[in-house]
Amino acid sequence: MKLFEKNNAGKTPVGSTNISSNGCVSLTLAPRKKERISGTTQLIIRRIFVYIVLVILTLMCLFPIWILLVNMTRTHSQISTQFSLWFGTHFAENWSNVFARTNIKLDKALLNSLLIAFCSSVLTCYFSALTAFSIQIYNFKGKNIIFTFILLIMMIPSQVGALGFLQMMNDMHATNKFWPLILPAIASPIVFFYMKQYMEAVLPFEIIEAARVDGASEFSIFHIIVLPLMVPALAVQFIFCFVGSWNNLFIPSLLLSKEDMQTVPIVISKFTDTSNPINFDLGQVYIAIGLAIIPLVIMYLIFSRFIIKGMTAGAVKG
Amino acid sequence: MKPLLRRHKNHISYNFWGLIFLIPFFVIFIWLQLVPLGRTFYYAFEKYFYSTGKGSFIGPTFCGWDNFAYIFTNGAIRKYYFFDQSIGSWWMPDIAYYLANTLIIWLMGFIPQIIVSLALAIWFTDARLKLKFTRFWKTVMYMPNLIMAAAFGMLFLMLFSSDGPVVQILMSMGILHEQFSFGDSEFWVRFIIALINFLMWFGNTTLLLMSGVMGIDESIFESAVVDGSSAHHTFWAITFPLLKPIFIYVFITSLIGGIQLFDVAWMVTRGGGGPNLTSLTVMSYLYMLINKAKNYGQAGALSIVMFFITAALSMSVFYVSISQKNPEKGVARERRKRFRTYKDCDPTRLEMARISHQQGGISL
Repeated sequence: MKLFEKNNAGKTPVGSTNISSNGCVSLTLAPRKKERISGTTQLIIRRIFVYIVLVILTLMCLFPIWILLVNMTRTHSQISTQFSLWFGTHFAENWSNVFARTNIKLDKALLNSLLIAFCSSVLTCYFSALTAFSIQIYNFKGKNIIFTFILLIMMIPSQVGALGFLQMMNDMHATNKFWPLILPAIASPIVFFYMKQYMEAVLPFEIIEAARVDGASEFSIFHIIVLPLMVPALAVQFIFCFVGSWNNLFIPSLLLSKEDMQTVPIVISKFTDTSNPINFDLGQVYIAIGLAIIPLVIMYLIFSRFIIKGMTAGAVKG
Repeated sequence: MKPLLRRHKNHISYNFWGLIFLIPFFVIFIWLQLVPLGRTFYYAFEKYFYSTGKGSFIGPTFCGWDNFAYIFTNGAIRKYYFFDQSIGSWWMPDIAYYLANTLIIWLMGFIPQIIVSLALAIWFTDARLKLKFTRFWKTVMYMPNLIMAAAFGMLFLMLFSSDGPVVQILMSMGILHEQFSFGDSEFWVRFIIALINFLMWFGNTTLLLMSGVMGIDESIFESAVVDGSSAHHTFWAITFPLLKPIFIYVFITSLIGGIQLFDVAWMVTRGGGGPNLTSLTVMSYLYMLINKAKNYGQAGALSIVMFFITAALSMSVFYVSISQKNPEKGVARERRKRFRTYKDCDPTRLEMARISHQQGGISL
């Protein structure tokens, strides 16, 4: 404001309205010319600065993955002696070596991880939608209490119950089985909450009533009308659940000790042991890490639009 | 009267279906989450551990608060470092030491994360700046969030190994003259863990803050520009105060995620805890008690302590998200206050929950 006052000393005060002789109402503004020029330069400088920061952050995100891709194609001696930004020619060799190993069953682990992640995501999506449908559409005694309860249990980290869970599975002889990792997905408060939020937006009660008049059973209303309406939300949550399950290390590593039953994160976590023979061929280590990361990266790049939208959608709505 | 009655009856039967649909969720929740949690509480008060001498488990026998006493009082004389400079050594209980490790690592990642995310959120939403390729930037920056933390940790362990690419680059640039072992330095191990956390979460925080900035009424910014407010001033006088609730929420949820830090720290320290255990997090400690020491009593006590810490933090998020709402007038709205409370706290609860989920949260 000080600047304006100095510029306008003796003139009409800034921001005051004048009615000129021809009846037009004009607003007196501070002289803009000089300011605009410096403003534009300032904007350009700011823009350059912003782009530099963006490029640096992007490089920070992409550099590790690029190095991973490059080192997947190089031999152990190349990796440990000379750093390179461009691909080598030993991809096929590393690939076949890592699958030929007897102490690490990577193919088995990939299949196990895929199976667990897929099954638990399907269960999570289906039953969360069902639970959300129940809370959203029906009125029964204690509905609000149940809803509050689900919100409260949302934040309990699974690690704190891990000990009891492990002991329970021991008693039930369920260690080294997949169902203890798949079934708990049915009760997933987070996904339930997302589905509930989505249903509020897309599911009018009139549709349900119309279906009831037409004689549809409650069960078929859910399957024929509600689920198709929920497809976008289901897809986003499916991806998030899949990623969460695929990446999970803590509880699977406590439960699965048999080599045939292990998942990818467990196999990878064994590489940290320096005596693990795979560490004598870093090319193979990179291949294994790549197999853990790259399928998800590809999936993400295909669906990134929906994922980012789905991630912010919930946030914007509130 | 008859049709009315029948309609009434129909309503009851419909609502009965609602309860039926809730059954799978609650059966699974009680069976596979609540009962195990209760069992963890039970073990916290039992003497129950694997004796290597006998080669078998001892207990469980009731021992009162002994496990908690052990958890809080067992400690050692530890050395303390500041940028790899020793600043002394004194006695500290283990749990406080590991909690301090966890919080230091979390802060090392969180401080740059919140600064960068805030700057990005403001730049992405700045109409004057007109950034190009925003979708590309956002896509790339959110990507690390979906990468397997264990694999990411392993990858960085390799990148920063004493003959790894980072050392090779630094040597070829002339910054380093001989091989340097990042893994032997207290500071660098923590730094690498914090760096991974930063990379994994700054995109997520950016998207969250962006939705907060976009939620601010555009006309406020416009009138600020008309009034001649500089970008700097607009930020401190308008954006920052209005974003405060989201900040508090980001802060606490990140803290909840931070104290659950396990995968990355476990991988980067090779399952050990780093030099002088300076990077052993609380969850790594829990994992060690369960899997290595096989002391289920103490592990139970530690779990309970962690449970109450997280519960207190989550409650504060819940409280913040409720108290930030302005009381609105109107009888009808007043009547639906409860409902609104849940509806409005959506961004916080949902995102908070997603973070917990990604950190290996509720869905096992």
